[in-house]
Amino acid sequence: MTLFMMSSILSMPIKRLRVLLLLVALLTACDLTPLNNPHPPEDSAGSVLYSSFSERPKHLDPAVAYSSNEYTFIGQIYEPPLQYHYLKRPYELIPLTTTKMPSVVYRDNKGNPLPDNATTADIAFTDYILDIKPGIQFQPHPALAKDANGAYLYHHLSAAQLDELLTITDFKSTGSRELTAEDYVYQIKRLANPKIQSPIAGVMQPYIVGFDALAKQLTAAPQTDLKTVNMSGVKALSRYQYQITINGKYPQFRFWLAMQFFAPMPWEADVFYAQPGLKAKNISLDWFPIGTGPYRLTENNPNRQMVLLKNPLFHGETYPDSGTPEDKASGLLNDAGKALPFIDKVVYTLEKETIPYWNKFLQGYYDASGIASDSFDQAIQFAGNGQAQLTPAMQAQGMRLQTEVQTSSFYMGFNMLDNVVGGNSEAARKLRQALSIAIDYEEYIAIFTNGRGISAQGVLPPGIYGNQTGQAGMNPYVYDWVNNAYQRKSLSVAKQLMTEAGYANGIDPATHESLILYFDSTSVSTEDRPMLNWYRKQFEKLGIKLVIRATDYNRFQQKMRDGNAQIFVWGWNADYPDPENFFFLLYGPNGKVKSAGENAANYHNPEFDRLFEQMRNMDDGEARMHLIQQLQEQVRQDAPWIFGFHPKSFALFHSWYHNSNANLMANNRLKYLRIDTAERDAKRQAWNHPNFWPLLVGLVLLVLLVIPAIIAYRRRAAATLQEVQQRS
Amino acid sequence: MVMLWTDALIYLLLLTLAALGFYLRGKEHIKRPLQKISSSKVGMVSLVVLLFFVLIGLLDSIHFIPSNSKNNEIISVLDYWATPLREHGEKTYSAPFATTLYSKEMQTLPDGTAQFGYPTLRFGGSHLTDPTTQLLPDLLKKTAYGLFQGASLSSFFMLLLFSLSTKQRERFKRSATAKTVWAVIFFIVSLSYTLVYLSAYYHVLGTDKVGEDVFYQAIKSIRTGLVLGTLTTLIMLPMAIIFGILAGFFRGWVDDVIQYLYTTLNSIPSVLLIAASILMVQVYMAKHEADYTSVIVRADMRLLFLCLILGVTSWTGLCRLLRAETLKLREMEYVQAAQALGVKQSMILLRHILPNVMHIVLISVVLDFSSLVLAEAVLSYINIGVDPTTYSWGNMINGARLEMARDPIVWWSLSAAFVFMFALVLAANLFADVVQDAFDPRRAGND
Amino acid sequence: MIQYILRRCLYALPLLMGVNILTFVLFFIVNSPEDMARMQLGQKHVTTAAIQNWKQQHGYDLPLLWNDTQDSAKKLTETIFYQKSVGLFLLDFGVSDSGRDMSTDIKQRMWPSLALALPSLILGLTVNICVALMMVLFRNTYLELGSMVLCVMLMSISSLFYIIGGQFYIGKLLKLVPISGYASGVDAFKFMVLPVIIGVVSGIGSGARWYRTLFLEEAEKDYVRTARAKGLSETQVLFKHVLKNAMIPILTGVVVVLPLLFMGSLIMESFFSIPGLGSYTIDAINSQDFAIVRAMVFLGSLLYVVGLLLTDISYTLVDPRVRLV
Repeated sequence: MTLFMMSSILSMPIKRLRVLLLLVALLTACDLTPLNNPHPPEDSAGSVLYSSFSERPKHLDPAVAYSSNEYTFIGQIYEPPLQYHYLKRPYELIPLTTTKMPSVVYRDNKGNPLPDNATTADIAFTDYILDIKPGIQFQPHPALAKDANGAYLYHHLSAAQLDELLTITDFKSTGSRELTAEDYVYQIKRLANPKIQSPIAGVMQPYIVGFDALAKQLTAAPQTDLKTVNMSGVKALSRYQYQITINGKYPQFRFWLAMQFFAPMPWEADVFYAQPGLKAKNISLDWFPIGTGPYRLTENNPNRQMVLLKNPLFHGETYPDSGTPEDKASGLLNDAGKALPFIDKVVYTLEKETIPYWNKFLQGYYDASGIASDSFDQAIQFAGNGQAQLTPAMQAQGMRLQTEVQTSSFYMGFNMLDNVVGGNSEAARKLRQALSIAIDYEEYIAIFTNGRGISAQGVLPPGIYGNQTGQAGMNPYVYDWVNNAYQRKSLSVAKQLMTEAGYANGIDPATHESLILYFDSTSVSTEDRPMLNWYRKQFEKLGIKLVIRATDYNRFQQKMRDGNAQIFVWGWNADYPDPENFFFLLYGPNGKVKSAGENAANYHNPEFDRLFEQMRNMDDGEARMHLIQQLQEQVRQDAPWIFGFHPKSFALFHSWYHNSNANLMANNRLKYLRIDTAERDAKRQAWNHPNFWPLLVGLVLLVLLVIPAIIAYRRRAAATLQEVQQRS
Repeated sequence: MVMLWTDALIYLLLLTLAALGFYLRGKEHIKRPLQKISSSKVGMVSLVVLLFFVLIGLLDSIHFIPSNSKNNEIISVLDYWATPLREHGEKTYSAPFATTLYSKEMQTLPDGTAQFGYPTLRFGGSHLTDPTTQLLPDLLKKTAYGLFQGASLSSFFMLLLFSLSTKQRERFKRSATAKTVWAVIFFIVSLSYTLVYLSAYYHVLGTDKVGEDVFYQAIKSIRTGLVLGTLTTLIMLPMAIIFGILAGFFRGWVDDVIQYLYTTLNSIPSVLLIAASILMVQVYMAKHEADYTSVIVRADMRLLFLCLILGVTSWTGLCRLLRAETLKLREMEYVQAAQALGVKQSMILLRHILPNVMHIVLISVVLDFSSLVLAEAVLSYINIGVDPTTYSWGNMINGARLEMARDPIVWWSLSAAFVFMFALVLAANLFADVVQDAFDPRRAGND
Repeated sequence: MIQYILRRCLYALPLLMGVNILTFVLFFIVNSPEDMARMQLGQKHVTTAAIQNWKQQHGYDLPLLWNDTQDSAKKLTETIFYQKSVGLFLLDFGVSDSGRDMSTDIKQRMWPSLALALPSLILGLTVNICVALMMVLFRNTYLELGSMVLCVMLMSISSLFYIIGGQFYIGKLLKLVPISGYASGVDAFKFMVLPVIIGVVSGIGSGARWYRTLFLEEAEKDYVRTARAKGLSETQVLFKHVLKNAMIPILTGVVVVLPLLFMGSLIMESFFSIPGLGSYTIDAINSQDFAIVRAMVFLGSLLYVVGLLLTDISYTLVDPRVRLV
């Protein structure tokens, strides 16, 4: 069709052509609503939050999920018995589904109760007794749907029923029921089930009484219905009360009770999802959770988007009315006492690349964003005192910045089993100390994270009990205290240490060539090349040649398990705010190679282990603080890690995004957030005026280019026609 | 001297080319098209540009371990020459010809106060005492000086060449094409001399995220592009020629088998085949990491594998063409006659068939070259291209995607990759056009 | 005719079998199921029991090619190769290594791919033919020379530049379309505009040049000269004769790629985050999900074979002189 149009344009008088062009110009010049809105227009009515996910969460089963991208979702859906107070610092546990904090009873090995001040040695068992609130309902879900006679509707699906299904919303009816203590007990039994492969099974097994026995029983008879078996240490005392018995004393267990692993699971869910045929339709517990929280997952299309909707049966909760003094000033308490949650719907869209996300955020189509290293200069500038602040352009858009040092550590670890960098010999220690000085993590932070981070002085990040600031918290093996600030020791100190270690000028006495060290990395993409080069340069300062062995993450894990790695970079994100959660990364018996634990450096120092065992189960106080400092000193001296840095998170929000607080422990933050949709709509309108004129200019240019040709062609055609006529 | 696998193959390729040239020397049916090419201005100019690229690529293909190196680093002749460029790294981004970094930073002034501003570069423009006022005059002066030196250098050599040449070569330098070619050579030499001269003082094309010189990266990428474009052909040619001719000549079951083979290969989406193979190479190297400790050896292996796989996926097209041509040729009278006379079949293939399909081979080789260079960029984007540590335009573009999101944007990496790649591919495309015109018998008539 | 189609279908079987064997060898020769299990379970602590469990769930707990523990025929059938191949030939792709059912995903992702590829093809074809016709029409003018130079230049630019540039200029600076994303139904239009335009523009260089040679070849033919001598104007000659006759090779060339449109475009889809089969493949490559890559290779080959068949049939339809025997 277009072809014939072209031929008609070619033979059209120029005058008419001009009119046509004018018409096109008029049409395109009309002012339209933002053309570039990536969200469907009907969404702008309610209180909808837009967010994204870059990789589909692998598991949404609370017994299995253990990574932050999974917690983004299940944190809003499942409710463990406890939660962290949203605003208070230091972090404080408060009841979520329980009526009060769990009562803790210590007992000796005969089962007799002990007083609260009993010594660790006497305590053989600890009972945690939890009372849950009556009247809490599960979200509407087909697994709980019953017919008029009280029989479950969808527990025996026929082939015909299966055929009609595409996704979980295709079930016509849904049901709900009250949450009971049994549901919590059922979930703990699931943790022990070897078939489910919970990542914390190994951690819980020594603590929870009967955990191991149940796991063995289930291995022997995998088909057993979990409802019918018992775990000796976990039982429901009444409809609303249950008890967990722990071996010995383990105060950190209270933190675990705030994690999704201990969220309730109705047995109906397992029965429902176990039906053959559902799995082939990608309907499983990993995809469609069933919880009691403020939100429920209504759409889970990992290829495009995931949608959380308000749970209509949510038991209700109110916004906290107390917090730190700064919270009052920053308006975080304005909504105190109001019913949660504020937001009706959250749409998570798949965004694999940071650039489109960032651009859409600037256009107002996403409400909050982190700052990628490449857009950092655009968003942040540093004031005279080194304080990060928003650039004028960002301030003009009304954005707000929130920064927080994360409770994570990134470190460069040495494999202590390696015969060059590892071991307890003086030479190896000096080599490690020399490298600790040479690898300039301040520069790393400046180059690769735009200054978003602080260099680590020890194992503990700020915000964790035992971390010290100022001179007291300095790592004296790497830093000097100069002008009231940390200053990295000069390279000559490091070179001196190298000489003492037997590698003068980096020459390996065995080969008479540069010492060769191996860096095992998981970075294989182009973007990581600068970083690898940087590492190479750092080692070169001491005359060491660094060979990078880059493999994918799984091969890397394999190497770590086999102890074949030499130098690696690893990070740890706190599970709960307790120093034990960091020092256990260096506890000898947790060795990666020996017992497949989390001690990736395979560090083993009897003195450290002894101190750690003492510190582990202590309550916070003077004595514990003293022990923690001793532990720090031991690790700093041995240097199994080069303490890298603690990242600082920078988050940007638009002005309509309220109540955001950097609570690093809580993963159910969504319910506290509020957005001002009217303001958002107005700003989006204002920011997204389409520019048509460059297109028009281009079009005009094209026409100008073609017109002479058309004229020439027409003249020639006319000439030919004349010629033909003359001839005939 | 260290010989990498790709180096060895490049030398092999050069030898093959030389042998081919020797073999075809004086052959009448080759001479005519060659004359046609040499009389085409566009063709000769693009050939000069291509040869210039090839020269750089060859310099970068002679590897050795410098005697004074203590860390056993393998470098090439090009690296050796560009040592200042390699070692003059800055901290992070800086714009072309800049004297300061691209972004502000907290810095401590000599008097102890902290200031938020643009830090000066360690090397770029470090010979200037007051960059704000001196930069522009110095830049102009250096450019003029470099241009002058380059120009006089090239004129000197040209004059030398002219004075040496004899009468019969007169035509060689007087014809219009020759004049253009000399002008282009003069231009290229002067320009590159200027750039090299300037690069000693400034970062001509800026620096990247870790402060590496972009000009150096772009030049190093030339070899990668050329290797992919040429070695792939070296690998695919034997397969395509042998299978194509055999299928066309013998027909019957040989034809069936070969047709089956190439239809099967053809039916697999080539990107997926490449991806699958590269994944496997990665897995293989991860399992045998002890053999691939040196970064450069490892990267070279991957480059070689990429050539191999590209070769495997791209021989089918040429094979099909050759088969069709051979089918036609074997019905020709002289082939029939040779057969009737009882000439050995291998002789017929070698004497009568092979030389007569060479023009198809040549055209397809030239045509494939540019598409292979372009393919590298795309493959690198999907992470199935060359090793991330290899310098290549694809890797540069890939990294530059993030730079485009910065504000103010970092445009020089992308532009550098664009300009260099565009120059090479454009020259290759134009040259391919000319070659096709000259060798295609169908086109021979209409000029 | 039907007999011919049947014969061609039978011919396709050994072809697909070859593809299947090739991919199987490629994937399993270096990578054992054990490695795959580790790779997928990798993130956390992996026990041998977990690996065994994973292999069993994904059907990798059999020998590769030959099962000695079974009786006669089962020696062949109770193997990974047989089980996986049968699934492929029945178009039941099974479970991906990451645990999702592939057939469902592929069915779902086919349509976005098509929504991008089909308009790109049609629009691209139209634009290329128009440009080529213009070049033929304005033969021997500055316009033809200019367009030829432009075509070579357009050809010499990597497609990545078009995408990066287009997204930056039209999406970010001019704010005319969303930068990336996808919606189902009519809403998809605004997301498709930019990728389609970029797809068309990046194809003009080579496309227009190719069609130009086709047209020129046709325009040199005797019957065209006759038509011109009859006094038909140049436009009439072009549209009535040249275009009509050149359409045959053009259309049959298009038919071969039609089925492959379902496979989507790798680069375009991942840049514009369109949830099609192209980005599905890229994701699989990046996460080393071999089951998906294998399924996509097979699907691609199958569609290619279908395309060949369609071409043959279309030949007979447009040109009655060609008989299928």
